[in-house]
Amino acid sequence: MKNWFHSGTPWIWLNAGAIALALVAVFGLLFLILVRGMSHFWPANVESFHYQNAENSLTVIAEIIESETVPAESVQGYDIKVGNLTRYLVKTGNRDLLGSDFRWLYDIDLIKREQTQNIMVIERIEWGNFYGYLNSVYENGNKVSNNENAWLEFNNRLERTIEIRESILALEQGEIGAINYQLERLRLKEKRLIIDNKLTDSALNSINEKRQSLKAEYEVLLKQTQALYKAINRDSIRATVMDGTEVTIPLEKIVKAWQPNKFNTLDKLGFYIESLWAFISEDPREANTEGGIFPAIFGTVLMVILMAILVTPFGVIAAIYLREYAKQGLIIRLIRIAVNNLAGVPSIVYGVFGLGFFVYFLGGHIDDLFFPESQPAPTFGTPGLLWSSLTLALLTLPVVIVATEEGLSRIPISLREGSLGLGATKVETLWRVVLPMASPAIMTGLILAVARAAGEVAPLMLVGVVKLAPSLPLDGNFPFLHLDRKFMHLGFHIYDVGFQSPNVEAARPLVYATSFLLVVVIVGLNLTAINLRNKLREKYRALDN
Amino acid sequence: MSESIATKIDTSLLNKSDTSVESEICLDVKKLNLFYGEAQALKDISFKMKKNKVTAFIGPSGCGKSTLLRCFNRMNDLVDSVRVEGEINLDNKNIYSPNVDVTSLRQRVGMVFQKPNPFPMSIFENVAYGLRLQGIKKRRVLEEKVEWALKGAALWDEVKDRLDQSALGMSGGQQQRLVIARAIAIEPEIILLDEPASALDPISTLKIEELIYELKSKYTILIVTHNMQQAARVSDETAFMYMGEMIEFGNTNKIFTNPEKKQTEDYITGRYG
Repeated sequence: MKNWFHSGTPWIWLNAGAIALALVAVFGLLFLILVRGMSHFWPANVESFHYQNAENSLTVIAEIIESETVPAESVQGYDIKVGNLTRYLVKTGNRDLLGSDFRWLYDIDLIKREQTQNIMVIERIEWGNFYGYLNSVYENGNKVSNNENAWLEFNNRLERTIEIRESILALEQGEIGAINYQLERLRLKEKRLIIDNKLTDSALNSINEKRQSLKAEYEVLLKQTQALYKAINRDSIRATVMDGTEVTIPLEKIVKAWQPNKFNTLDKLGFYIESLWAFISEDPREANTEGGIFPAIFGTVLMVILMAILVTPFGVIAAIYLREYAKQGLIIRLIRIAVNNLAGVPSIVYGVFGLGFFVYFLGGHIDDLFFPESQPAPTFGTPGLLWSSLTLALLTLPVVIVATEEGLSRIPISLREGSLGLGATKVETLWRVVLPMASPAIMTGLILAVARAAGEVAPLMLVGVVKLAPSLPLDGNFPFLHLDRKFMHLGFHIYDVGFQSPNVEAARPLVYATSFLLVVVIVGLNLTAINLRNKLREKYRALDN
Repeated sequence: MSESIATKIDTSLLNKSDTSVESEICLDVKKLNLFYGEAQALKDISFKMKKNKVTAFIGPSGCGKSTLLRCFNRMNDLVDSVRVEGEINLDNKNIYSPNVDVTSLRQRVGMVFQKPNPFPMSIFENVAYGLRLQGIKKRRVLEEKVEWALKGAALWDEVKDRLDQSALGMSGGQQQRLVIARAIAIEPEIILLDEPASALDPISTLKIEELIYELKSKYTILIVTHNMQQAARVSDETAFMYMGEMIEFGNTNKIFTNPEKKQTEDYITGRYG
């Protein structure tokens, strides 16, 4: 036993055990959020539950979300107190009619469960899902189709409606949005001229002329959209809900409709991929509990890229001074300790600093100096993309400095001497030999910085992230990249959907799905950086290895 | 290197045609003392070196021969604690006088180090490095000079088909010749070789020695070596150093056959060192 202990075997087992535990933790976490998040998009079969007792009968049409076994005595209002009961959490949809999307069902008095073929699920723009049976299709209030053909007719008309909706959206967000943007710029230009006392008649005339022509354009587009709105309101359907009442649903309110019980596995797979893609590529709806998360993905990636662009030169230059030029002594040691300690400051503190210094001080002064025309509405004096990137750049600065210093200190002295011996100055040696060779280390710093920044939420809540941003920070209107805009972020989206949402049950799978996507985005950003680093490493691999 | 600075500072150092043919003396070292902090590494060294000759520095480890070599292109400036007293005159100008531009000095006095230190770039870019530093940008000029330098370093035939490949893929001997090519590409007057063959195999060593013999016609060469046979083979003059002092300096044949000092004789015959 003593020999075994001295042989070092238990030590190896300890090490291997720690690694195994770490792996289990990481993959367990990923697996959990993957399963919980990604299963949400699978089209589950919809069942109708028939209940019957002495007084009442009840039918519930719903999707089973989860089931569990509970002791009978825990169920209130139920006389038999022995044995176990099964209860199901089901999604009944029809929030507008029933008050809530979800309910618990018990298998007391349950006489029949069946999966009727023609149960229909409709995803609506408002009020969540609808579950029921399709009866008939109407055009301008006149019945055009009934029962058997209704489903086909409905789908054809839905396709048309979706097309019209897309063109309305393209008009409103694209061309009408651009005109509004230009009108706003004209207004600001006029105000600017008034402030500067330079508003001459000719300037005013040209502004008014432009405004007139823009308004004329706007009128044309407005007529187009009005026509489209009329067209989109043409069709509607009537459908029966589980309690037997019949309701009218305009097609204009429908995102998509499907009959899950008719799907075979392949259909379901197709539907799954479609839903997943919609989740990744669409805008959120209904307080972020429905629709997609594209703006959040976009905002996260853009913010991290901006952060990387800001932090790299700053960190590298600081590290060069510390390592190459500064006289190594007490002061430099103190600075280094301070830099390392910066990495340990809680991120919310950076958020407070960002809000106080960047947003109110810097942003406020920028507004006073450059954007007096839009006062009192702030331009840069309010949280936004630029300030978020800057705050995170500050937060990740220590990582980049430390990694770069490490890299610089590893460049062999012989190479520096080789360059200096050829008549290069120190700066030339740095730029031509030392920095290229240190670039893999700089990339390592950047990778760590990106990993940290992409997952950071707390400071962003103070300096630029919002629950719902009306427009992306990158669009077709000059100057294209709008650094002053607020943006959406996956991390904050998780918090918002999970904890601020009015519909907790509906939001839960989205929390997992969004978490999974956040991890995917971070891994993706990191892999890109790692790939780049490996290429640089190959190119500048040190002499001896 | 901007021209204005170069002209402001000691123009004669840059002007190579200025070297008069009649002065055979190329380097004149006067009372050179060098301190690392408190410790003295070189003590009162004085000697004169002739143009287009190979001078070898021999001596036991730590005797200061590399330190002395690095004085000639002021490489010791890089070490913070170093203090130099005395003069080294290159064409009658003290290279330690305050108005000397160190970078242009280093262009005149090239150096090759103990371990091959090619930059992590292509073979072509390695040789062109010093030329680019001088502001030469024309591809044709660069190509001509790189070819000339590689031929001068007896490397052209081996690498002419792979100039754009990384220099790190070459063998140690090739790398060392590449470094020599890099040094001669900027056409220095003096080449300092700091144990150039100590990290190489015998065949590569032989090639380097042959190269030194050929380079002698164009350049003044200073070589530090541990290998006494090598010193005897390649050099015209030899300096024996011990504990920071120059014990003996003179014709190589004389030093190796009939040294004046007992210490020299003891070292050469292998009684210590």
